[in-house]
Amino acid sequence: MSQPDLLAIRNLSVSFPADRGRTTVVQNLSLTVSPGETVALVGESGSGKSVTSLAVTRLLDYGPGRIDAGEIRYRDRDGTVRDLVRENAESMRRLRGPEIAMIFQQPMSSLNPVMRIGEQIAEAIVQHREIGWSEAEAEALQLLERVRIPDARRQLKRYPFEISGGMRQRVMIAIALASRPRLLIADEPTTALDVTVQAQVLRLLRELRNDLGTGLLFITHDMGVVAELADRVVVMRGGERVEEGSVTQIFGAPVHAYTKSLLAAVPVLGSLAETPLPAPFAIPPEKAVPQDTVAAGAPILQVRDLVTRFDVRNAFGMLNARVHAVEQVNLDIQPGETLALVGESGCGKSTLGRSIVRLETPRSGQIVFDGKDVLGADAEANPELRRGIQYVFQDPYSALDPRLTVGFSIAEPIRTHALRQGAAVTDRVAELLELVGLPTHFAARYPHELSGGQCQRVGIARALASEPRLIIADEAVAALDVSIRAQVVNLLMALQRRLGLSCLFISHDMAVVERVSHRVAVMYLGQIVEIGPRQAVLTSPQHAYTRRLLAAVPIPDPARRRRELAIDDSEVPSPLRAPDDNPTVAPLVEVGPGHYVARHPVGGSY
Amino acid sequence: MLFFLRRLVGAIPVLFAVSIFVFGFVRVLPGDPARLVAGADATEQEVASARQSLGLDRPIWEQYVRYVGASLKGDLGVSSRTREPVIDVIAARFWPTLWLTLAAMGWATLAGTFIGVWAGTKRGRWQDQVAMLVAIGGLSFPGFWLGFLLINLFSVHLGWLPTGGFDSWLSLLMPSFTLGVGVAAVLARFSRSAFVDVAGEDFVRTARSKGLRERRVIWRHGVRNALIPVVTLTGLEFGTLLGGAIVVETVFAWPGLGRLLVDSIAFRDYPVIQAEILLLSAEFLLINLVIDMLYGVLNPEIRLRS
Repeated sequence: MSQPDLLAIRNLSVSFPADRGRTTVVQNLSLTVSPGETVALVGESGSGKSVTSLAVTRLLDYGPGRIDAGEIRYRDRDGTVRDLVRENAESMRRLRGPEIAMIFQQPMSSLNPVMRIGEQIAEAIVQHREIGWSEAEAEALQLLERVRIPDARRQLKRYPFEISGGMRQRVMIAIALASRPRLLIADEPTTALDVTVQAQVLRLLRELRNDLGTGLLFITHDMGVVAELADRVVVMRGGERVEEGSVTQIFGAPVHAYTKSLLAAVPVLGSLAETPLPAPFAIPPEKAVPQDTVAAGAPILQVRDLVTRFDVRNAFGMLNARVHAVEQVNLDIQPGETLALVGESGCGKSTLGRSIVRLETPRSGQIVFDGKDVLGADAEANPELRRGIQYVFQDPYSALDPRLTVGFSIAEPIRTHALRQGAAVTDRVAELLELVGLPTHFAARYPHELSGGQCQRVGIARALASEPRLIIADEAVAALDVSIRAQVVNLLMALQRRLGLSCLFISHDMAVVERVSHRVAVMYLGQIVEIGPRQAVLTSPQHAYTRRLLAAVPIPDPARRRRELAIDDSEVPSPLRAPDDNPTVAPLVEVGPGHYVARHPVGGSY
Repeated sequence: MLFFLRRLVGAIPVLFAVSIFVFGFVRVLPGDPARLVAGADATEQEVASARQSLGLDRPIWEQYVRYVGASLKGDLGVSSRTREPVIDVIAARFWPTLWLTLAAMGWATLAGTFIGVWAGTKRGRWQDQVAMLVAIGGLSFPGFWLGFLLINLFSVHLGWLPTGGFDSWLSLLMPSFTLGVGVAAVLARFSRSAFVDVAGEDFVRTARSKGLRERRVIWRHGVRNALIPVVTLTGLEFGTLLGGAIVVETVFAWPGLGRLLVDSIAFRDYPVIQAEILLLSAEFLLINLVIDMLYGVLNPEIRLRS
């Protein structure tokens, strides 16, 4: 066989112990990476892409997984070709860092919480080179500056919990670069990040690859990111390679049916720019038909001047500061309408949703649901108000009680509100399961027996069990794989069609928002800075922050790859303010029919 | 520092509550201290005068107020058994017990954590299973029985160590070992599972991906984080140790507070019992305060947030 330029995986198989025998999670996989090349390894959860990366670094040895067959040929700095499957633990350790480095998905948990950032970078340097700690720290400082961490000298002394997720991922990249690796494996490095931060990190990776000639094996499920970054694409499914090709080939003329369906499920921002109405994903055989579900008449939900703040107290219980999570928010939702609430982590969109169902207690303002005041004195005693608005949470697993069967979880609200009696409850549970596209015998299952998408369908069924008029879907599809996400979005839209539900769709994913919503509200630092018809807000955004948010969304089309974008490296300011320092809030200005935008300064940047 | 002061102030009401509880509790014990002081053959008058001199004829709330008032001035009363000031009785017994518990705690913490982490690194292998078997054994050994076994072996048969008393540092060996076994076993089991949890964390994988030596991965990244819950448990285990000291001191004729407590209860020596339990509670609170400080040292998030 030919010798690799950098990395050549041949016929790799990896298995994990199972109830009986072993399960093969990577089967007969082959791929190559050349210096300076970016290869995207694409697939959904369980496709074996992360396991492949752990096999290459042999970090697999520290878990239950085992390489059963195949070889991983790697040409090192000195030109020696080694088979990484056969190297011993000590020589693998020496390769990890200076030859092969990794960046992981979770910047929150991938850094040691009790070690200063400077030390975490410096130890990677000291381990592999004959230099002292002070020299290594000096180099760590340069690395932090290289990954554009502002005020790098001060950050060296900080602990991971003191910096944001985006900053942590930059620190991870700095660690990976510390020993100047020749192959960088990035496992979903931007999945947990906001779009603007994702754009910053991707640009950084691209620059580093170009400057250093590092080979990059990029593992992701996000086709938008693939289109932005990759030279070649390997599509994986169920542990096997289903298709491989150049990025233009894969996007332009996919051959395998799975690649085609994967691409069909990817939401593309701008694909509904011509129509004001939302439309479901065109998953064959379904067609994307725009749907008009909004009913005229009084709004089902009216929120007026809503304020939710959290006090931050010191050890003596004195007020130090306040988090201004929701500031003077106004919005209406019509029956049958979907209002999307978009913004980045910490902007207050979840707090707003939680305040509406009173999982948080607002300080002031008014919430009128179906003509009744939700925050009024007698509202607490009125279960009807609770019943009318239901919540669907982001993490489908943790939102269900692991010790209760699916059927019990769905039946609970029916019993609580006495909507059915006796055997009728069971019938209703079966009916709801069918409604969300699950077989009725799932009622007897426990959450851990279901996949993420099935769990989320159960979450939706439980919300529907109370026969609500309004659903608040808080990042309800964010944790799901692309094809599952498309199915669940289509389910929500089908339910809106059939039941005339209203929906507050909280999301950071602009492409999904374009699919589902009639109107869009953009939130920044607790305030709504722009709200209006979806078509108007997404095609002609008026607020600078909306434009920044939209510009950062990766487009799953390599032909439209942006050469160099004016992405600023600034961070979103903190919503934390001194106790008496209230932010400026002014009424929004109407710029088009139903399209309002903030013209007053919000939080320094805009 | 502020945090420390605040916690110190917070301990005061706890001590008051303990004092009320103990004060009431000793007085519902069956038995009459006045009769014990006056002697078995004493007349009713002699008992009455003894009662009066002990202040036991006053209403109970008045006794309590006097007691607290005097205590705040540093006067803990007079032992009704020996007629010595309580403070002297306790001071004489304080140091032996302190050495005993510190020695026991010291070796138990070090050995327990070390064995636990070591077993954790060998998870599922025979070393792990043997270590955990030994730990279960240590947990199930009654302290007094182990004490007698040790005395039998090292003092009676081999004659290496004294059977009891506190004459030299050598005599500290057996009692502190006996006292610490249970704690070491609990800590070994607990630090093993704490380490196994941490070893599965993402940042340990990151540490390995840097190509760090396994020793550094385990001690610098793993153990440092695993210690955080272990330290909390250590503070709680200190209570077990104080309780265990009563038994161990009796077995080894150790001139400490534990034996004093047993003797005082037998004699219904209210002032000594009260003072001693208060002291033990204060000790427990102080140790846990120190533990909380340690927690801040280990976990920067706690330190910097408060």
